[in-house]
Amino acid sequence: MTPTTVAATGARAATPKRALPWLMHPAAKPLIFVLCLLPLAWLVYGIFGNTLGANPAEKLIRATGDWTLRILCITLAVTPVRTLFKQPALARMRRMLGLFAFFYGCVHFLCYSWLDMGLVWADIVRDISKRPFILVGTSALVLMTPLALTSFNRAIKAMGAARWQFLHRAVYAVALLGLLHFFWMRAAKSNFNEVAVYAAIIAVLLGWRLFQRISRRSTRRVNPR
Amino acid sequence: MHFLTDRGFNHPNASEITPRRAYDSRRDVLKLLATGAAGATMAAWAGREARAQATRPGKLAALPAARSALAGGVTMEKLTPYADLTSYNNFYEFGTDKGDPAQNAHTLKTRPWTVAVEGEVKKPKVFDIDELLKLSPMEERVYRLRCVEGWSMVVPWVGYSLAELIKRVEPTGNAKFVEFVTLADPKIMPFVGSRVLEWPYIEGLRIDEAMHPLTLLAFGLYGEVLPNQSGAPVRAVVPWKYGFKSGKSIVKIRFTDKQPATSWVKSASQEYGFYSNVNPGVDHPRWSQATERRIGEDGLLAKKRATLPFNGYEPQVGQLYAGMDLKKFY
Repeated sequence: MTPTTVAATGARAATPKRALPWLMHPAAKPLIFVLCLLPLAWLVYGIFGNTLGANPAEKLIRATGDWTLRILCITLAVTPVRTLFKQPALARMRRMLGLFAFFYGCVHFLCYSWLDMGLVWADIVRDISKRPFILVGTSALVLMTPLALTSFNRAIKAMGAARWQFLHRAVYAVALLGLLHFFWMRAAKSNFNEVAVYAAIIAVLLGWRLFQRISRRSTRRVNPR
Repeated sequence: MHFLTDRGFNHPNASEITPRRAYDSRRDVLKLLATGAAGATMAAWAGREARAQATRPGKLAALPAARSALAGGVTMEKLTPYADLTSYNNFYEFGTDKGDPAQNAHTLKTRPWTVAVEGEVKKPKVFDIDELLKLSPMEERVYRLRCVEGWSMVVPWVGYSLAELIKRVEPTGNAKFVEFVTLADPKIMPFVGSRVLEWPYIEGLRIDEAMHPLTLLAFGLYGEVLPNQSGAPVRAVVPWKYGFKSGKSIVKIRFTDKQPATSWVKSASQEYGFYSNVNPGVDHPRWSQATERRIGEDGLLAKKRATLPFNGYEPQVGQLYAGMDLKKFY
C-alpha cells in the first residue's frame, strides 16, 4: 500500500510518532466538523438576520461557491502538509474535508437552481447549455459525485486500493474545473485578483504532487534494483 | 409612399390602469366637487398629489421636487429601499464589485463641477452644476431600472427631462446623436486604468431618444441630491434601456453626426449593442433576459418576475423604434 492509500483508509493509520497531540485528540475531528459548518451557519443566520445585503440570493450563490473552492483547496493541502510537516495524523481529516467540499458544492448548485432558476429543470438545462462557465461548474460537481459515493472504507476494499486511488485522482480535475468555473465567471468583469490567489494555491498543491512523482521516478532510474 | 403600419394595441402598464374603486367613485368625486364644502378636501388632496412620494432618508442635502405629471413618469410600484439603492451599484470607476462604489466613492468631489455641452450645437456652453440645477423645475420621476445583469429596482429620481437642456443649446441639423462623457479621474477613482473598460466611460443616445421626455437628467433621488455611488452630481437616466446606458457623473455632453463609440460596445460588441433597449426577447449571449429579480422586494424563494419589453415603457417609447429589427439593433 502506498502512503496515500493508508491515509485514505482513515483513522486507523499507523501510530504517529510526531503528531501534534491535538490532532489525535478525540475532539479534533468533531471540532473540524463544526468549523466546516460555520460558513453555512453564518449564511443561514444571514438569511434570517437580513445581513446578506441587497441581493441575498446572489450572495448565497457566490458564498457557497467560494466555500466549495476553499474547502477543496484545504482538502488538497492535507497530503502535502502531512508529508512536509510529518503529521500523519492529518490524514484522519482528509475524507471529511473532501465530503464537506462536495457538500458545499451541492448547496451551491441547490442555491443556483432554486434561487436563480426557480427549480425549473427545463430552464436549468437551457442555462447550463447556454453558459459555458455553468457547464464547467456542473461538470466539476458531477465528477465529485462518484468520489463522495466511494468515500467509505468498504468501497475502498471492494474496489481495490489501486483502482480506488485511480478514481480519486479525479479530484485534481475537479479542482481545475472549479478554478476555470470561477475564472470564467469573473472574466465578465476582468476581475481576476481573487482568481489569481486560488490559481496560485492550486498550482502549488498540484505542482507539489507532480514534483513528487517526477523525483520518485528519477530516483528509481538512478538506483535500479 | 410611407404607410403607417398597424402595430396593434399598446398595452398599458398594470400600474397605470385606473383601479376599479377609483373608477367607480368618480361620481362621488363630482358630487363632492359640486358641494362647496368639498373645496378644502380637494385642496388637501391636490396638495398630497403634488408632493414627492419618497420620504427623505435625511442623509444628504434636500432637493425638493414636484411629482412628475408625465405619462409613464411615476410608476406606482414599491420603491426599492434607499439602503439597497445605495449599497448595490455598478460604477466600475470605483470597483467592479457591487459593494465597492458605496465604499470607495466618498472621494468623489461634486463641487466645483462643470458640464461642457458642445459639438453640433448653435450655443455650446460650459454649465456650472449650480446653473444646471436651476435650469428647469425639478420633478420626481419614479422609474423602473433594469440592469443588463438581470436585476431591477424602482428609483424615485429627481431631475428634469434632458430635452430641457438640449433645447437651450439648439442642436444643428447635423446633431444625430448625443454622447455622454463621464468623469475619469485616476486620482480619486481606483479602477480607472483597469483593463475592464476603456476610460472615460462613454455612453450615447440617438437624438430622438435623448429628446424623449422620459430621458432624465437626474440630480437626486429620494428627495435628496444623488449619493456619490449613484453618479453624483449629475447623471442620465434612460428607463427603457439597460442601466449601463445611463452614464453617471457626467462631465461632457457632445452632439455628433456619427454614432458614438460607447464603452461597452467597444469592450464586447457581440454582447452589448448601442441601443440596449430592455428586451426579454433578445438574450444576452451568456444569459437569459426573460426575467429579473427585483432588489429588496422579491423574497429569496420568489420566482423571478417577467421582464417587459422596453422595461414597461413601450407605450411611451415604442414608436421611436417603429420598423426597426430589434434583434439586429440590440
